[in-house]
Amino acid sequence: MSKITAKDVRKVAQLARLDLPDDQIATYTEQLEKILAYVAQLEEIDTANVKPTTRAVEVVNVTRTDEVSATPVREELLDLAPQREGDFFRVPKILAE
Amino acid sequence: MAIAEWRQQLKLGEVSARELTDHQLARIAVVDPTLHAFLDITAERARADADRIDEALAAGESLPPLAGVPLAIKDNLCTKGIRTTCSSRMLETFVPPYESTVTERLWQAGAVLLGKTNLDEFAMGSSTETSAFGATSNPWDVSRVPGGSSGGSAAAVAAGECMAALGSDTGGSIRQPASFCGVVGLKPTYGRVSRWGLVAFASSLDQVGPFTTNVADAAELLQVIAGSDPRDSTCLNVAVPDYCAALSQPMSGVRIGLIRECFDQNGLDAQVKRTVLEAAEKLQSLGAELVEVSCPRFSDGIATYYVIAPSEASANLARYDGVKYGYRAEGADALAAMTARSRAEGFGSEVQRRILIGTYALSAGYMDAYYKKAQQVRTLIRQDFDAAFQTVDVLLTPTSPTTAFQVGAHADDPLAMYLADLLTIPANLAGLPAISLPCGFDDDGLPIGVQLIANVLEESRLLQVAFHYEQAANVMANHPQGNFIP
Repeated sequence: MSKITAKDVRKVAQLARLDLPDDQIATYTEQLEKILAYVAQLEEIDTANVKPTTRAVEVVNVTRTDEVSATPVREELLDLAPQREGDFFRVPKILAE
Repeated sequence: MAIAEWRQQLKLGEVSARELTDHQLARIAVVDPTLHAFLDITAERARADADRIDEALAAGESLPPLAGVPLAIKDNLCTKGIRTTCSSRMLETFVPPYESTVTERLWQAGAVLLGKTNLDEFAMGSSTETSAFGATSNPWDVSRVPGGSSGGSAAAVAAGECMAALGSDTGGSIRQPASFCGVVGLKPTYGRVSRWGLVAFASSLDQVGPFTTNVADAAELLQVIAGSDPRDSTCLNVAVPDYCAALSQPMSGVRIGLIRECFDQNGLDAQVKRTVLEAAEKLQSLGAELVEVSCPRFSDGIATYYVIAPSEASANLARYDGVKYGYRAEGADALAAMTARSRAEGFGSEVQRRILIGTYALSAGYMDAYYKKAQQVRTLIRQDFDAAFQTVDVLLTPTSPTTAFQVGAHADDPLAMYLADLLTIPANLAGLPAISLPCGFDDDGLPIGVQLIANVLEESRLLQVAFHYEQAANVMANHPQGNFIP
């Protein structure tokens, strides 16, 4: 685990779709550095041959019949959109110039 | 007033549901301008619901178990037709078109909704200070935080604004505020209670649970909200026992483990330590056997949690893209820019910080070093608990290393805030049920909480031990008046 830089944080912010100004990137870099340094204590722990836990209480596959059913709140869901056009969500253009 | 006592009063016609609801709304009107436990108060609906209970009673109908019980609900549980904000600008105007499973069960059981309570934004925080709509104060001293993230629910119950409340607990968000506010807070086993309609933070850790003024009420609420749900496939398909019947089971032969590593912590306040150890001795005097146990990896819980929880959060919060619902930034001329600006403007800094940590931990080249490693340590933490439960029935620790801290105490140091969750996080990582209940007060008159942790699905055991302690210690009967909000 190497030290995190402002360049790393900017890249991560892009991956996470966060448009952050430079001063905020600087603050987050400083904070993430401290947090990741703390988290680095995990490196000291011997986890050879230890199985990862993905869920605390194991459940076997839960299956159900694959049946089509109507969503009773279709109109309400569409109305939640910041911009609705008929039965569609309206968004700015998808491809940049 | 306890729920059982209320039920009796309602049946005998001593107090109507409408009178109780009006009393609660009046209390809210007096104290909430100071506390800010509520984001929205649903007075009109509450009165209508209460009137329906009174009409049903007058018509001679049999009443459901929580008839007329006035509740507050954390604002990350979806309530149909009632704004659900997660204390975030991102969801400031979001009105869910559906009801969460837990709240639906409460309304079916006759409970009355008083309003939605404040929380740290998207339940990320330990003080309720990261709310986009202003912090909540602690009723025991308004210059202090109520804990978090379910601080609004804890403060509302403590200040007598409602009879009980629901919160959610991902790393201690029910138990730590319960401890800070001197109330009972229960986090059930992962999968005991449906998460459907709970706005997701960290899906492998989140669990809904009650805040109450006493242990029997916690059993009553759990009874109603527990049980399988076809809409949440992680919700366990296991029969729900009679929790109220479990309360009075005898204590003899119950083995209680004191986790050595919890009492050896550097940051553990001396008064908290002494008071919690006195609670253990009280349980011993009631017939329990005290055993010292060791969970060597307990203290690695925070480092593990601050990889796993942000990782899951970064995935869960990817859905807020400014397209389907939630906040959209104005003026962006392309989709990707619109999304990135909506998220920059709609999320507060704690949420952004965790999204960044999680995205980093999951990004190419780092995933094994962080995420997989944390999942492996999570296994070791679980194994420590498994070993402890070979010899004991219940584990006992302080809930929080300190009592409620001052507003702003950790404002510039996110890591210091994270360390406040030291003692509560391991139960989430292992999926175990845990409860916090008041066990005394420090010299400033602030409540101290003791945490009990039981094995998977052993809520009955947890409630039984908590109930016996509560009845014998009677902590709240002699509480100091101090700075408590009048």
